[in-house]
Amino acid sequence: MVSTISGVRLRVLQMYRYDEVDQRLVDERVAQFRDQTRRHLAGQLSEDDFRPLRLQNGLYIQRFAPMLRVAIPYGLLSSRQLRALAYIARRWDRGTGHFSTRQNIQFNWPKLAEVPDILAHLASVQMHAIQTSGNCIRNTTTDHLAGVAPDEIVDPLVWCELVRQWSTFHPEFAYLPRKFKIAVSGAEQDRAAIQVHDIGLQALHGENGEIGFRVWVGGGLGRTPVIGTVIREFLPWRHMLSYLEAILRVYNRYGRRDNKYKARIKILVKELTPDLFRAQVEAEWAHLKDGPATLTGAEVRRIEGRFTRPQYRKLEPLPLQYTQALAREPGFARWVGRNVHAHKVPGYAAVTLSLKKTGVPPGDATAEQMDAVADLADRYSFGELRVSHEQNLILSDVRQSDLHALWHEAKALGLATPNIGLISNIISCPGGDFCALANAKSIPVAEAIQRRFDDLDYQHDIGELDLNISGCMNSCGHHHVGHIGILGVDKQGAEYYQVSIGGAQGNEASLGRVIGPAFAQDEVPEVIARLVETYLARRDSEAERFIDVVRRIGIEPFRENIYGNTHQTREARAGQLAAA
Amino acid sequence: MATLIRHAKPAQDSWLRLEPAAEGAPPAIPERGDLLVPLKLWQSSAGVLLGRPSGRIGVWLAPDEDPALIADSLDALALVAVFFPQFTDGRGYSTARLLRERYGWRGELRAIGDVQRDQLFYLSRVGFDAFELNDGIDLQSALSAFADFSEAYQTSVERPLPLFCRRSTEAA
Repeated sequence: MVSTISGVRLRVLQMYRYDEVDQRLVDERVAQFRDQTRRHLAGQLSEDDFRPLRLQNGLYIQRFAPMLRVAIPYGLLSSRQLRALAYIARRWDRGTGHFSTRQNIQFNWPKLAEVPDILAHLASVQMHAIQTSGNCIRNTTTDHLAGVAPDEIVDPLVWCELVRQWSTFHPEFAYLPRKFKIAVSGAEQDRAAIQVHDIGLQALHGENGEIGFRVWVGGGLGRTPVIGTVIREFLPWRHMLSYLEAILRVYNRYGRRDNKYKARIKILVKELTPDLFRAQVEAEWAHLKDGPATLTGAEVRRIEGRFTRPQYRKLEPLPLQYTQALAREPGFARWVGRNVHAHKVPGYAAVTLSLKKTGVPPGDATAEQMDAVADLADRYSFGELRVSHEQNLILSDVRQSDLHALWHEAKALGLATPNIGLISNIISCPGGDFCALANAKSIPVAEAIQRRFDDLDYQHDIGELDLNISGCMNSCGHHHVGHIGILGVDKQGAEYYQVSIGGAQGNEASLGRVIGPAFAQDEVPEVIARLVETYLARRDSEAERFIDVVRRIGIEPFRENIYGNTHQTREARAGQLAAA
Repeated sequence: MATLIRHAKPAQDSWLRLEPAAEGAPPAIPERGDLLVPLKLWQSSAGVLLGRPSGRIGVWLAPDEDPALIADSLDALALVAVFFPQFTDGRGYSTARLLRERYGWRGELRAIGDVQRDQLFYLSRVGFDAFELNDGIDLQSALSAFADFSEAYQTSVERPLPLFCRRSTEAA
């Protein structure tokens, strides 16, 4: 699977290594933020003036303490970097990190005065928290199987790094109307949710085999969920940056700034209409096209050359010890069926280490787990790993002959729950336990659902089902695109949960529809059980997934199976209350 | 009077800024001295402004005012300023690049309004060369802001070639 650019073959890439300038800029950023923090603590920089600056360094002031969001650019981590994150968790946090839905990691307990030291430690391993928050261009995300997926058309990593550099400290776009998220995908199956990003770049080949991008704009979740629109079917690679610049400039100039809830680019695209928005971008681009931002083959090759490459061996696919173990151990076979993914190099596989064990907040990993996973990466996967937007860790280059040994080790670490794609692989934001924005808690709801479906046989029987939970309208838990979505809402000061079904991510992205009035926290597991019950009763075969059934029969049958009974309990409860 | 930085050094300010007219009544136009006027006044009274016995004319743009509206007037102006109601309103950054890169403005381009120390680096990169600091901003600290970063990836007014082009030239 080789793509060509200016006649040069792009091979499987691993980690981008900073050059002197990359390192210097990150170091200078640490010094800049250290000075800003010092001035703030000395009373020379007010909270209002400091806030946008600290946000652009990933620092929120949260419910209990500051929260620091560290970028994991396009989800790639080396084992050394993961050990540094473990060290940060131990030294400056309470020993845990939370992997978010945007391929970032969050620490919930740092002290403001110590954040510059944390950033300096990150810089020492070529990491940073630059633009992980604030109204600027955020961390670029991509397919967690980038480079290794068999269905890949173009490896997105080089393009992600080019976007990272272009967007880092872009002087014109640091104070946008609102945050701005770019995702890149290069495979047949979109695993980067490009249709629900401010800009989605879908890498593909043009007629002459040249690499280019289909450009999606104006997708997003949040309080106004929208599936993006294609504004350009094919953008040749050399124009990638000038075209991004044109889109961002139109947005920066004309995006709404009067109301933060209407300030995302999706609202501008909607209010102008996609056609008019496209016309404005094209008019702007006419001035920028072929200008100095035009990419060169030399630069693409230079960036490509700064990525390490896994030294794959020539391996027999499906070695005997592996197939025998599969036949012998159903537990192993089950894990392989859910958590092991096909690889484009024969004899290798990609492995998801699940951070969705029941009783552990989705996406959380302890410092000890991080260190242990770093060791696994060193021993089994060329010292590299990825973070998925589904909040799991991926070892992307494991020999099939090592899978059985890896499974045993992952099990001992609590990272081998065979639930990828299943109902208990819940995507969830940190929710009201940590986040100041949340209306409601997410983590206890996730746990209650995981407990309700604790029987793995039952989960496997239910099959593929994405369940996503957000603690508020900001939708960090991507509930709109869950096959089942749960949204925390505030009802007269009490925490309630609105349930939607029919959402999906990927190529067939769609937004879920709310099934009816919201539920109390303790009702949620039963409601989910009823939805699943309806699905199982109505599916025509095991091959028909939950989402397929919702699309075929609509939400009405699901609704009926729930509200009859829930209304009764409500009425009963109202009666009890009246009697009390 | 606000502290002015020009070309990264403290500077004297000779300009008097006029505010937009209140309902109906156009602002009084002083006979002499350098005048920085709002776009609307320039559009309605360019002849009067240019016909004064002495003093230069500059125009300042609000964040929602399109720099294309003064593209044909630039030869008559000695100063263009862009107003930032809050430093977080980033429209002026695009305005500046358009003035420099598209409309060819080579004279003084001044940031006015909520101009603070920590935005000076980006402001200078998009083409501002003069800065009217907001009240209470420490001048010495502000002067050091231009050196916050020693390099930049992107194309900008200050360094039109992106890093990747300059790198390949150096290598060649």
